[in-house]
Amino acid sequence: MLIEGKTGPWEIVIGLEVHAQVISKAKLFSGAATDFGAEPNTQVSPVDAAFPGMLPVINRFCVEQAVRTGLGLEAQINLVSVFDRKNYFYADLPAGYQISQYQRPIVGKGKITLDLPGGETREVGITRLHLEQDAGKSLHDQHPTKTYVDLNRAGVALMEIVSEPDMRSPEEAGAYLKKLRSILRYLGTCDGNMEEGSMRCDCNVSVRRPGEPYGTRCEIKNVNSVRFVMQAIEYEARRQIEVLEDGGTIRQETRLFDSGRGVTRPMRTKEHAHDYRYFPDPDLLPLVLDPAWVEEIRNSLPELPDAKKARFMREYKLSAYDAGVLAAERESADYYERVAKGRDPKQAANFVMGDLFGALNRLGVGIDRSPVSAENLGRLIDLVADGTISGRLAKDVFAAMVETGQDPATIVEERGLRQVTDTAAIEQAIDAVMAREAAKVAEYRGGKEKLFGYFVGQVMKATQGKANPAVVNDLLRKKLAG
Amino acid sequence: MSLDKSAVAHIATLARIRVSESEKEQLVHELNKILHWVEQLGEIETEGVEPMTSVAEMTLPMREDVVTDGNRRDDILGNAPAAAHGFFTVPKVVE
Amino acid sequence: MTALTRLTIAEARAGLAKKEFSARELARAFTAAVERAKPLNAFITETPEKALEMADASDARRARGEALPLDGIPLGIKDLFCTKGILTTAGSHILDGFHPPYESTVTQKLWDAGAVCLGKLNMDEFAMGSSNTTSYYGPVESPWRRPGDNRPLVPGGSSGGSAAAVAARAVMAATGTDTGGSIRQPAGFCGIVGMKPTYGRCSRWGIVAFASSLDQAGPMTRTVRDAAIMLGVMAGHDPKDSTSAPLPVPDFEKALTGDVRGLKVGIPREYRVDGMPAEIERLWAEGVEWLKAAGAQPVEISLKMTKYALPTYYIIAPAEASSNLARYDGVRFGLRVEEGQSLDDMYEATRAAGFGAEVKRRIMIGTYVLSAGYYDAYYLKAQRVRKLIANDFKAAFEHCDVILTPTAPSAAFAIGEKSDDPIAMYLNDVFTVPVNLAGLPGLSVPAGLSSEGLPLGLQVIGRAFDEETVLRVGEVIEKAAAFTAEPAFTAG
Ligand SMILES: [Mg+2]
Ligand SMILES: [Zn+2]
Repeated sequence: MLIEGKTGPWEIVIGLEVHAQVISKAKLFSGAATDFGAEPNTQVSPVDAAFPGMLPVINRFCVEQAVRTGLGLEAQINLVSVFDRKNYFYADLPAGYQISQYQRPIVGKGKITLDLPGGETREVGITRLHLEQDAGKSLHDQHPTKTYVDLNRAGVALMEIVSEPDMRSPEEAGAYLKKLRSILRYLGTCDGNMEEGSMRCDCNVSVRRPGEPYGTRCEIKNVNSVRFVMQAIEYEARRQIEVLEDGGTIRQETRLFDSGRGVTRPMRTKEHAHDYRYFPDPDLLPLVLDPAWVEEIRNSLPELPDAKKARFMREYKLSAYDAGVLAAERESADYYERVAKGRDPKQAANFVMGDLFGALNRLGVGIDRSPVSAENLGRLIDLVADGTISGRLAKDVFAAMVETGQDPATIVEERGLRQVTDTAAIEQAIDAVMAREAAKVAEYRGGKEKLFGYFVGQVMKATQGKANPAVVNDLLRKKLAG
Repeated sequence: MSLDKSAVAHIATLARIRVSESEKEQLVHELNKILHWVEQLGEIETEGVEPMTSVAEMTLPMREDVVTDGNRRDDILGNAPAAAHGFFTVPKVVE
Repeated sequence: MTALTRLTIAEARAGLAKKEFSARELARAFTAAVERAKPLNAFITETPEKALEMADASDARRARGEALPLDGIPLGIKDLFCTKGILTTAGSHILDGFHPPYESTVTQKLWDAGAVCLGKLNMDEFAMGSSNTTSYYGPVESPWRRPGDNRPLVPGGSSGGSAAAVAARAVMAATGTDTGGSIRQPAGFCGIVGMKPTYGRCSRWGIVAFASSLDQAGPMTRTVRDAAIMLGVMAGHDPKDSTSAPLPVPDFEKALTGDVRGLKVGIPREYRVDGMPAEIERLWAEGVEWLKAAGAQPVEISLKMTKYALPTYYIIAPAEASSNLARYDGVRFGLRVEEGQSLDDMYEATRAAGFGAEVKRRIMIGTYVLSAGYYDAYYLKAQRVRKLIANDFKAAFEHCDVILTPTAPSAAFAIGEKSDDPIAMYLNDVFTVPVNLAGLPGLSVPAGLSSEGLPLGLQVIGRAFDEETVLRVGEVIEKAAAFTAEPAFTAG
């Protein structure tokens, strides 16, 4: 995508660094818990607070999670990796260094396939994934002259997932984040919850004239929703274009996104010429993975969104778009498959993506908390298929299911919504309508055939929607013909 | 390689140690002396030698994912020069 | 009966077992000695009440017939070991008032074996020094004097408080730590036995870190047997230290067979350094003769990289230290100095006030050698040379079973005598540093007196995790040397 500036078109170049919090019970190098939302400094061991003499010991499950994620990103798993210290001073970095991986990360090159609108796809390279510790949390707004520090998060395992600068629009960046989150959630390695900070995104943004080399980039730190990422990139690209078109130059800097005002601004924290003095952590030895263990993890991987999408297209003959939407979340994909089993897959897709997603959206709940179970939705489709209710009535029944959580048969019975296929009853209704609307019948017979739909509506109304529409059509056409 | 006063000032900033002007003078002298002394390592051919981080001839041991620590805020905050409401406190940081 | 404070661990163990005296009596004798030893400034914190309490518990265990391997043995602990609820300073102002909420693995093992804590011993600040003059709590004086010269001498460092206290009979034995010679060199200076085990033999958990890839805890005792007994308790795999070796602990005492027949003793050519006093060279030659007389066979070996060990060490150790000491920032423990407005002002003021000159110097060197543009030339280069140094030892041990060297190139010097030149001070560790870089076990045994009447030590270096042979050879030297000289000052 190109942005038109005053002086011509510009291309945005985007690379994303995502910090994904590893799902684990205990921290990466200490035995403290990782739960979100605990009282300040209660989930802290002396290791996390970097007390004198404390030493790190790595959590095997966190390593497994990183390997699992690497495999899910179709990436190179490095059987030997090294933990380094990244040295800098900050109030919520207790040791004065972060244990991270620098030159030898646990996961190397991989890729992610983006699902773009219209069912298009696009590949974005993954540069690397490494394991590192999270820092604590600084609260700057609790006191007029003090910053408060909570170390509950300090030491929690993060996967830093770095993309290649392969994205060219805020939409692609959004699609990347959604897809990455989808993969992480399928794998069960990160819950992807951006509001709680378990997935945080740093955006590297630069602009250039099409075909020219990369421009100077700015890094927007810690953006915490997909929407904000897109907004921040959009703003930042336009800002850079403006600076350049006014004859200025871009300074490589770290910026923050102000979501209230929708702008980015330079960080005020003095950046003492960053020099992290990385070196191998002498408290830790090289992390060596047993290839058999990696294979074991590979064999335990679930079907991932891309594979699932392809299968949905193949098995259920869904469009790329529908298959992509349904496969995006493991829960919705599973739900869909339970609905579609033994039924018309297209119809199942329509119900899930239309009625169900619409209702969940309105209720603001995830599919895991859907008031309508997959089994009940399936039964509803069966009731339509066997002619018990009409497609139109199905909408009402579904609404009642959302409201009550009841199964559709009960609702149909209790509310007397069973479809009328009895031709005598329908004929009776038609006769009544034709008698009442004699003038319109004459018009119709005089050639105004558009009125047919009107008669159908009247008959359906007269039968409270319970008449079988096919039967109504059929009989009405015969009777109007005289 | 030789350090001057501004280099010493930069290192002091990286290390977060305040040094006075007169200390800087002295440090220029002392640090250069040490650095020139260690630079004799330049005499040794080390092409192709694997850098040695640890003498321990083993790989990284791993622990199980079990919560074994925490819920000891008094221990954690007990030595803090300043704390309030369960937090450590430091001079205000503006980001 | 000899004064209780003059007993070795082995003797006290026997006396306690035979109920000749109680742990409480022993503890009382030592708390009194600690009191008398005050002029040495060997202690930062004394814990007499705790000692008596622990001694009573020990007596009670013994009465129940549940005596432990070190039951009732009164020890001093270098103030680098975190001790739960007891002030732990690392000899630094920056750890003002720090009371750890945990106990180091090594000290826990000692207490679990029944040992009694007399207090925390003075040391060079953050274990950086060879003379124990960098402590915030003031220099430690050696109990030794040059005859006819009353100038106080250094006890060596950094475990200077430990060495002085053991030599003065203020503690029965002490823990030390050794990053570049900090157990062996002060042991040599004070005429006691000091053992640095193989890297990974003793857990580093709970010991204030100086240079993580080099630091090792070890015993400082009056005899080799005591070192063997104490090391047996201190050593062992610790899952809390990722660099701790998952190996069983041998019965070190059993290794003291006195039989060194056929053992090959390497004599490294390169340890004949320029300016080494002839008397040290003579003592070294004497050591070779003792071992020969006992049936061992001296072989000349080459450790080509010897002269590069010190410069290598003075890149690697400060680099690791600069990072290890970043946690002393005034936020979570220890000293805080608030000057100015910002967090950085607080950091800079706290660290300027909290660290002494030598520590600052090393932090700055370490920061520099890791910084952008210099990493390869200094740090990476040093890591490669370290590999060559380790390779030297590996090759040498294909031709010998242990290596014999002097412990230090000189005897103790007077306080203030060498302090103006850091490099001159660093040279004290020329024979001990290579052993840390290679991670090997090294033992200093008192072997004789200098012409000035001061102790000199010999160092036995062994293969990785072969402390048994080192101790066995050390004991043979100890017997042959029959070192009986006593310091000018004793507290017990
Ligand atoms: Mg990053
Ligand atoms: Zn990161």
